[in-house]
Amino acid sequence: MKVHDAATPQNAESEAAAAGTPVATPFQMMRWRFRRHRLAVVSLWVVIALYVVALFADFIAPYDPFEHDRRSPFTPPQAIHFFHEGSLTGPFVYGLDRERDPETARLTFTPDRDKVIPIRFFVKGHEYRFLGLIPADRHLYGVGGQRSKVYILGTDKLGRDLFSRLVYGARVTLSVGLVGVFFSFVIGVTLGSLAGLIGGMVDNAVQRLAEFVRSVPTIPLWLGLAAALPVQWDPVFVYLLITVILALIGWTSLARVVRGHFLTIRNQDFVLAARFSGATRGRVIRRHMLPSMTSYVIAAITLAIPEMILGETALSFLGLGLRPPVISWGVLLQDAQNLRSIALAPWLLAPGAAIVVTILAFNFLGDGLRDAADPYQG
Amino acid sequence: MGRLILDRILWAIPTLIAITIATFVIIQLPPGDFATAYIAELIHNGETVDDAEAARIRTEFGLDRPYPIQFFDWIGGIVLRGDFGISFDWQLPVSDLIWERLGLTLLISTLSLLLTWAIAIPIGVYSATRQYSIFDHVFTVLGFLGRGIPDFLLALILMWLGLVYFNFHVGGLHSPEFRDAPWSFAKFLDLLKHLWVPVFVLATGGAAGLLRIMRANMLEELGKPYVETAYAQGLPERRVVWGYPVRVALNPFISTVGWALPALISGDVITAVVLNLPTTGPLLLRALQNQDMYLAGGFILILSVFTIIGTLLSDILLVLTDPRIRHA
Repeated sequence: MKVHDAATPQNAESEAAAAGTPVATPFQMMRWRFRRHRLAVVSLWVVIALYVVALFADFIAPYDPFEHDRRSPFTPPQAIHFFHEGSLTGPFVYGLDRERDPETARLTFTPDRDKVIPIRFFVKGHEYRFLGLIPADRHLYGVGGQRSKVYILGTDKLGRDLFSRLVYGARVTLSVGLVGVFFSFVIGVTLGSLAGLIGGMVDNAVQRLAEFVRSVPTIPLWLGLAAALPVQWDPVFVYLLITVILALIGWTSLARVVRGHFLTIRNQDFVLAARFSGATRGRVIRRHMLPSMTSYVIAAITLAIPEMILGETALSFLGLGLRPPVISWGVLLQDAQNLRSIALAPWLLAPGAAIVVTILAFNFLGDGLRDAADPYQG
Repeated sequence: MGRLILDRILWAIPTLIAITIATFVIIQLPPGDFATAYIAELIHNGETVDDAEAARIRTEFGLDRPYPIQFFDWIGGIVLRGDFGISFDWQLPVSDLIWERLGLTLLISTLSLLLTWAIAIPIGVYSATRQYSIFDHVFTVLGFLGRGIPDFLLALILMWLGLVYFNFHVGGLHSPEFRDAPWSFAKFLDLLKHLWVPVFVLATGGAAGLLRIMRANMLEELGKPYVETAYAQGLPERRVVWGYPVRVALNPFISTVGWALPALISGDVITAVVLNLPTTGPLLLRALQNQDMYLAGGFILILSVFTIIGTLLSDILLVLTDPRIRHA
């Protein structure tokens, strides 16, 4: 990949500005370029939507994720209908008749075509603190004051609403990605820039360290480190440590991007010019070198987030990461671990769909950002 | 060139040493040790264990000695006698336990690696030579899906589909009726029927990634003047494409072959747990959970050594195949 001299477009810019022609800043060019990548734009909105859902989880989830209902274990997802006996009645679900199978002693649920339960919006439900501050009890949807509930994704073995749990789980899983990437960003950028800048021995040492980390098979290493976390520790602490573990392994790709970029621009005209004008080393790095690589780092970070999310889900799924009562998508998938429960309740795989959507969205977004990172190319 | 290879081999040695130390630290990290767990289990079973008895158990396992001595004892046994120690949990030599399962792990990993290439290379070449055709788009979508679905999830979905739609139990490696039967052709066929699932699951993720790389590399190569020249000389398309740009575009395959194997073995851990396969993964997981440290350590060590050897091999292969690296 060819990195163009960043000084040239700037010169051209000032000349063009003097001549009165419209000028696009590099940032504008990146935005144009990014917008051409349709899938990336859609993915950006998907990612934003996912984080909004996670942020407002208590409002969007109709029920308390821990509230169980012994009368309705393994309730299948209820279809949302709009037409009742041929006439438009707005969104509603049919009530469920429960029946116990005489042979297997399992509860089976069949929709009762006469019981129309309308879905209402902004209904009162369990109390929570909006954004952790304002006491509130309104929820996005629900069935109002009636005793029956609506389960759009069904329930788990304890009769807990899967949709509510999925929404709350998004908080943990999606933030693991961000926090983990933050840690690996700090390690990766520090080591990467040191290696690229100083070169020589330091570069060699960092390169070897990265190579060493990469040469350890990740999953066994994760498992080993995660198994070292005592079961009885505070979940918040375990959560932080898990992200640190993920970051300890994930920083290498970021360091490689940063180092490579530092090496390419170290001797470019604009950096040399700054140095010869007497700028201190710190100023050259902060004002001239780092800004020129922000876009690359952002792209690399975006591509690192899905790795973190995958790591958390895989660890929790195996029972070595986060553990109940913490709700994360990996923890939720634990319920779908054995064949019997999948055969019985395939909707327990729903968190898997959420994971796939999230990972795809981040990957597309990252690809788009990477293409847009260098708007002068191609 | 010989120097470059020698250089690489010499670098592998300190890495190996670092890995053995790291492995030992990792298996020592959990608070308590196997003796703690063992004593807890004895007490749970209604036996009384006083302090003297606890100390005796600890001595018996050799866990009362200082860490450096335990480390050198462990690593010395491996290097000098090929002795990985005894699994506390199984009361069997670690090497027996590992080798018994490593064969199957390697079989599955190798098959998946071959399948990965068998999928990625032809499709990558096709997608690049027929850019923006319908099949290119189809393969692109499939490729992204393959990259987005975690292995264990794909395994779960296959298990579910197999059960619901084909009434076929996907897990394990043998159907129940063959599990204890002696080897026969029928049992072999039954094994094949089960084996494709983990192989497929492991291959998809890697194939999806390599497919994109292959396509991108091919596109870059196809635009170069030498390809034009080859066409202008009147060579048929097949010969132009497979004779020149494909060979250049294959470079990343060679440079990642070293990582591919360990990545597959890593992936195998989770997939094998889900699919209930008698490979190394579930054994490693259990060893880690029970603090069966010599077993867990032996695993991590062997897998890491495979990785280093793999990286070394691909470095050497790269040097051999790419003159640009050889003469750099």
